[in-house]
Amino acid sequence: MSSTIYQPVRAPSTLRGSTASTARVAKVLSGSGGASRSGIWVGIFAITMSFAAFTSALFVRQGSAADWTHITLPSLLYANTLALLLSSATLQMARRAIAAVPTMESRTARRGLGWLLATLALGFVFVAGQYEAWRQLAAQGLYLATNPNSSFYYVLTAMHGLHVLAGIAALIFVMSRLAARPAALRRSTFEATATYWHFMGVLWLYLLLVLRTKL
Amino acid sequence: MEEASAQQVHVYAPPGGFLQKYVFSLDHKVIGKQYYALGLLAVCMGMALSWLMRFHLVWPTTRIPGLELLSKAGAPGGVITPEYYLSLLTMHGTLMVFFVLTNAPFAAFGNYFLPIQIGAEDMAFPRFNMVSFWTTLVAFLVLILAFVIPDGPPISGWTSYAPLSAVGKDAGPGMGWGMNLWGISIAIFCVGSLLGALNFIATTLDLRAKGMTLMRMPICTWAWFITSCIALLAFAVLLPACILLILDRTAGTSFYIPSGLVVSDRLQPHSGGSPLLWQHLFWFFGHPEVYIAILPSMGIVSHILINSMRKPLLSARVIIYSMMSIGFLSWMVWGHHMFVSGMNPFSSLLFSFPTLTITIPATIMTLIWLGSLYGANIRISAASLFALGFISMFVSGGVSGFFLAQPSIDIVLHATYFVVGHFHMVMGVASIFGVFAGTYFWFGKMTGRMMNETLGQLHFWLTFIGTYCIFMPFHYLGLVGNVRRYSAFVNDFTGPLMPLHKFITIAALGTGAAQLIFIFNLIYSRYRGVPAPENPWNGTTLEWSIPSPPPWNNFGGKHPVIYHDPYQYNVKGSKGDYIMQDSPEPSAG
Repeated sequence: MSSTIYQPVRAPSTLRGSTASTARVAKVLSGSGGASRSGIWVGIFAITMSFAAFTSALFVRQGSAADWTHITLPSLLYANTLALLLSSATLQMARRAIAAVPTMESRTARRGLGWLLATLALGFVFVAGQYEAWRQLAAQGLYLATNPNSSFYYVLTAMHGLHVLAGIAALIFVMSRLAARPAALRRSTFEATATYWHFMGVLWLYLLLVLRTKL
Repeated sequence: MEEASAQQVHVYAPPGGFLQKYVFSLDHKVIGKQYYALGLLAVCMGMALSWLMRFHLVWPTTRIPGLELLSKAGAPGGVITPEYYLSLLTMHGTLMVFFVLTNAPFAAFGNYFLPIQIGAEDMAFPRFNMVSFWTTLVAFLVLILAFVIPDGPPISGWTSYAPLSAVGKDAGPGMGWGMNLWGISIAIFCVGSLLGALNFIATTLDLRAKGMTLMRMPICTWAWFITSCIALLAFAVLLPACILLILDRTAGTSFYIPSGLVVSDRLQPHSGGSPLLWQHLFWFFGHPEVYIAILPSMGIVSHILINSMRKPLLSARVIIYSMMSIGFLSWMVWGHHMFVSGMNPFSSLLFSFPTLTITIPATIMTLIWLGSLYGANIRISAASLFALGFISMFVSGGVSGFFLAQPSIDIVLHATYFVVGHFHMVMGVASIFGVFAGTYFWFGKMTGRMMNETLGQLHFWLTFIGTYCIFMPFHYLGLVGNVRRYSAFVNDFTGPLMPLHKFITIAALGTGAAQLIFIFNLIYSRYRGVPAPENPWNGTTLEWSIPSPPPWNNFGGKHPVIYHDPYQYNVKGSKGDYIMQDSPEPSAG
């Protein structure tokens, strides 16, 4: 998020056509609030498609040979699930706090910061928990290439984990903006981050269902 | 839009230094040109590879001086080995499909003109846009790296069928690190394309100027929009497929490798995988990819034809609906690539129906183009000639699709040159003709100088005749039973076909040489061309309402307002026989 090239401008008055001739005029991307919203939904659509491909690969692979076995999921996964769902709840609280303030420039917008911090912490708990679940599986002698079930377990959880890490990065960005320059944080950026984070929870519930029933 | 811009500010300052302006630019126009340059580089490489292949096919033992420098093992003494022929084949296909046919008509022109044609100042997410290009460039470099590593490029073809693509070195030269690089490159390419597609969709949905309803968007904008929807889904599936392939190769998993597989006398340490799984995932991407290549050219060609005919198409709406139905149907036909893969014959039948159904919207589009051309007083230019050439190529290459869509015929023809002729004409050359048409049409807007028309038309005729000479005979070769992917034909029933092969090779070398005219024209016109006016073609759409080349913020800070459908030609306007989209004067209708 380089600040040298990308400079948010506060005053809307500079955006109108009258100052067009001056070289200093900024390039305006009007209506980008809507763009973040459609952007994040389009992204969610693509991610859904990717995981649909992964899971259909799982179904095809299950049917392709008799080596499909069964692995018992580490019970830690359910605690992780709880952490992720809780993080969605704390994020909702942050959303409420921020929705209540009239402008992002107002210092009260920072009220959401505490809830965001809780969300971030729960996010880290989830990722750490997923890592610990890997270690537990490895302790049982189940590695990536041990059998097709373990292969899919590692691939699906790793792919989901990577997406969660991207969500954590987005949360950190939103929080740093909120803490340092709340006026520079667009509501749409915050909303898009929140939508993405909730989707990570939904995606995980789906994956958990697949892992629980198929592996 | 004013309200929206006052509410949500998304701005960046004018680019400062050289790096910001031309290299790490956020400007969609610069990024479009970067994609174009990358496509141009890739097409030159891909074409050079095809020359080597064609040369080897007819003179398999003749030395090509200097070739040993490219690969000591692949071309000892300058003579291409059969394995290296397959490496060239793989790299030719990969470069052309991914870095040319996806980049040039879609990413390059789409980036440059989509925001302008909808009245936006840039893409919705300029930084993502920059990242898309640089990711694609990294993918390109990773792929090219395969030429310089000792292992050499992979020999698996651009489709990289498992299990040979998944087992590693045993599968032949280039199947070690060469194949790894291929998988990594394509995975990176997927990421770049996904970001690009996301940007296109969000931009089209949200950054349209006041009055620019969806149905007022030019046909090419529609084509880019539909293409980005297809690309979003297609690359989202190819990425997981590549990840699983890389894991099979490097982590010892068995997604694609079956039990008991012996390659190069070695039992492979994998079990239970499904080779067909790769084909399903790959072609689920691969068939829509064909439309990613061709739809933008259909849009560009429609856009140019209307301008050259000076009258609207019989129905622009039907063209748009046809493109949508092609996009929709493209998801149901992937199995027609797998008729000979050992799939259940009933599945083949099921895939055959939607494949034949796709010919309906394609035929409707063709009939609309031809019907609109009937009685039209078309303005002949290099751009309009290439647009007409596109229709010719699309029809000539598309007709053989009727045959190949039927499993009973495809089983006979699948492994022959018939298929090579089919896809080269209908998606390769046709799409490239769209790119040529777009280049001659928009070069003035993009650079501020017009391309040389005489050279352009000469380039068209040589290319048009040349490509027919190359690809039409492929169909005859295929019907006779000439198999594809073989590196040489000696002392078998193909002997009598060698004169035809020689003819094709000479035509390929000649047509390739004719492209030097184009390259010369590009460079010459860039510096010495006639300065381009704002609206050289008397066009109606927004790109013609701004200077050539456009300022960095496109509309100089103004917000255009749209009053008309995109193609108000053959009407009485204040400037002539057309009314611009942003002109408030009333239209005749």
